[in-house]
Amino acid sequence: MLSRTADNLFWMSRYVERAENVARILHAASRMANIPGNDDGLTNEWQSALAASASTHAFEETGKDPTAENVFEFLAFSDANPSSIRNCLRFARTNARAVRGALTLDTWEAINGAWLELHRYRTDDISPSGLNRFVAWVKEVSLRVDGSAYRTMLRNDAYWFSRLGVYLERAENTARILDVKYHVLLPDTEPVGGGLDYFQWSAILRSVSALTAYHWVYRDSFKPWLIADLLILREEMPRSLASCYANLSNFLDELARTYGRQGDSQRQARRVYAQLRNARTDDIFQSGLHEFLVEFLEENNRLGTAITDQYLI
Amino acid sequence: MGTEFFDEMRSSIEGCREPYRGLAEWLEGIPDDLIEQRRSEAELLFRRIGITFAVYGEARSEERIIPFDVVPRIITGTEWGRMAEGLEQRVKAINAFLADIYSNQEILKAGILPAELIFANPAFRPEMMGRKIRGDVYVPIAGIDIVRVDADTFYVLEDNARTPSGVSYMLEDREVMMLLFPELFSRYNVRPVENYPEELLATLQSIAPENAPREPTIALLTPGPFNSAFYEHSFLADKVGIELVEGHDLVVRDNFVYMRTTQGLQQVDVIYRRVDDDFIDPLTFRPDSALGVAGLMSVYEAGNVSLANAVGTGIADDKAIYSYMPEILKFYLGEEPILKNVPTHRCREPEALSYVLDNLAELVVKEVHGSGGYGMLVGPTADRKTREEFAAKLKEEPENYIAQPTLALSTCPTWVESGLAPRHVDLRPFVLTGTDKVRIVPGGLTRVALREGSLVVNSSQGGGTKDTWVING
Repeated sequence: MLSRTADNLFWMSRYVERAENVARILHAASRMANIPGNDDGLTNEWQSALAASASTHAFEETGKDPTAENVFEFLAFSDANPSSIRNCLRFARTNARAVRGALTLDTWEAINGAWLELHRYRTDDISPSGLNRFVAWVKEVSLRVDGSAYRTMLRNDAYWFSRLGVYLERAENTARILDVKYHVLLPDTEPVGGGLDYFQWSAILRSVSALTAYHWVYRDSFKPWLIADLLILREEMPRSLASCYANLSNFLDELARTYGRQGDSQRQARRVYAQLRNARTDDIFQSGLHEFLVEFLEENNRLGTAITDQYLI
Repeated sequence: MGTEFFDEMRSSIEGCREPYRGLAEWLEGIPDDLIEQRRSEAELLFRRIGITFAVYGEARSEERIIPFDVVPRIITGTEWGRMAEGLEQRVKAINAFLADIYSNQEILKAGILPAELIFANPAFRPEMMGRKIRGDVYVPIAGIDIVRVDADTFYVLEDNARTPSGVSYMLEDREVMMLLFPELFSRYNVRPVENYPEELLATLQSIAPENAPREPTIALLTPGPFNSAFYEHSFLADKVGIELVEGHDLVVRDNFVYMRTTQGLQQVDVIYRRVDDDFIDPLTFRPDSALGVAGLMSVYEAGNVSLANAVGTGIADDKAIYSYMPEILKFYLGEEPILKNVPTHRCREPEALSYVLDNLAELVVKEVHGSGGYGMLVGPTADRKTREEFAAKLKEEPENYIAQPTLALSTCPTWVESGLAPRHVDLRPFVLTGTDKVRIVPGGLTRVALREGSLVVNSSQGGGTKDTWVING
């Protein structure tokens, strides 16, 4: 397979995954901002939404205030934001179009159709219900793209490269969401019985669609260390770092088997995966959740570089 | 003026020509709003599949779809048989001409063509002199534009020997028609076109270098997603089962060309290039080209890669050369052309020029090197000012232009806003020439000028397409 084709597939699915993540972040921020008694935290929610989607810097350059309207517009539609949902879908489609032949008709139609439908959403409708409709639609797009790929693509290198994009992006996103909110997970700053914490925790879980999963796994009320456990170490949780790395190692191994050659990316993925499997929540909290997440993000970046060097250029 | 044109359905004493009878009955039997509904379904299908093209120089229209007309065009097997013979003959002559021009130039020695028409022509590639092309197949893929003026007369309007496009529409139009109107196909015995990709593959395999492996590696070289025909490039690569590459995917090492893959470099034997001569190798041609591959020409000259079409074929489809095609054909094949040329005035000849200037209002004037309907004057529909401006250009550089009478292009019933109406059409069949044999799928791309009275069918000028049916009988 052409290196460029692999690169396009990798980024196509990565951008779709990013679009969904931004949508979830928006959704969680909007819920938090609408919670009564959260008045002074109102602006903060939108700032953390910017941080969680790595858009703080780009937003500051616009010189606008981080109000609900401005942040929603920026994260959803802005041309100036390279990670806005609109741009993500545009880039996904540009990548898909360049490798049209490597996609199944269903997958292409899911992406192309999303790009066409996107024009139905008015950029000036920034009401909460407008946001909800839009977010639901983006999630649906992501499901359609993912589902069509899952159901129709041959299980060969084209599929594996597209999966690598998904899991690398998802791992980054989960780690970033956790890092933006890590302070509310720290036991020593926990205000006793604070209702706000409850909402903060549920917002974190909601932004990675893990609210129900939490109850199934732990059958317990929200405990910050359990939330961290779920999103970092639990392999059965599809957005956890461990699950992402189980998939990354797996698909990289498939590639290595097919091509008959191992490389840096296989070694890097296996190393990080092993660390996640051997880690315990207590240790992570003891040595610092923030430090752990920062280091993870660096490792994740390193894997991205290794994949690029080994296959995509 | 509408009555002067030959309508392929209605021009008959009984009111409907025989091959169209079944279609006419069927059209009468279904309500207008159903046709309209299917038409919009077709448009949706095309958009969803992503069959788009770009119009150069138009902002905001990065991608448009070519309008698709739901009424098929019908050609009988007898008509087609004759046409196919003529196409094969013509392309054979084009290949013989190119082989001669780039070697002994007998045709110049015989005084049939003025030498400056070759040597002063930007499409002539001196780099190709003395190069051996396998089987003398310079033009494996040709698109010959044909117009019809009456029941029996077909003219060749233009030869496309460089990188003819449009075949994807031929294939997709059929696909969409079968999807939307399956019942119509039961009324006719329509010859299939969907084997075109296989025929193309066989053709490309046949021209591979002699030292290439039995199953040569073939790639389609595209300028990239921003090219107006990118959809077609990716469509064909997919259907034929070959890699779609851009210039930077290819690299030259030790006089072979390779593509960069996820498993390292892989040798390429045949390149179906949809990039113009000027851009394929910055070391030989335009140094500012980022679309090509540095060093490709030296690999080509060493015989380690085959290009389809060969470099320098533009000299054969130049509009000035076109006017000599009947003579060229007779010179190489010793036969009379089966397909006629449109009578053409070469403005380079002083007599012709003064005739053209005197009769500008009746003529179509074209740039010799132009394509895509750009830079042409349609005398009868142009206003006085446009004509005068064009006359000035003509006087300044007469050798840049040819002129032809305004052809009474045939019309076909076409679905427009007001219902069925006659619109002018042309036809581009595709001729595949391998070292083994010639392959032509029955049909081609019918382009239709959707504007009432318009004779310009180019998609960049508001043209649409129709499914073209060659039927048995």
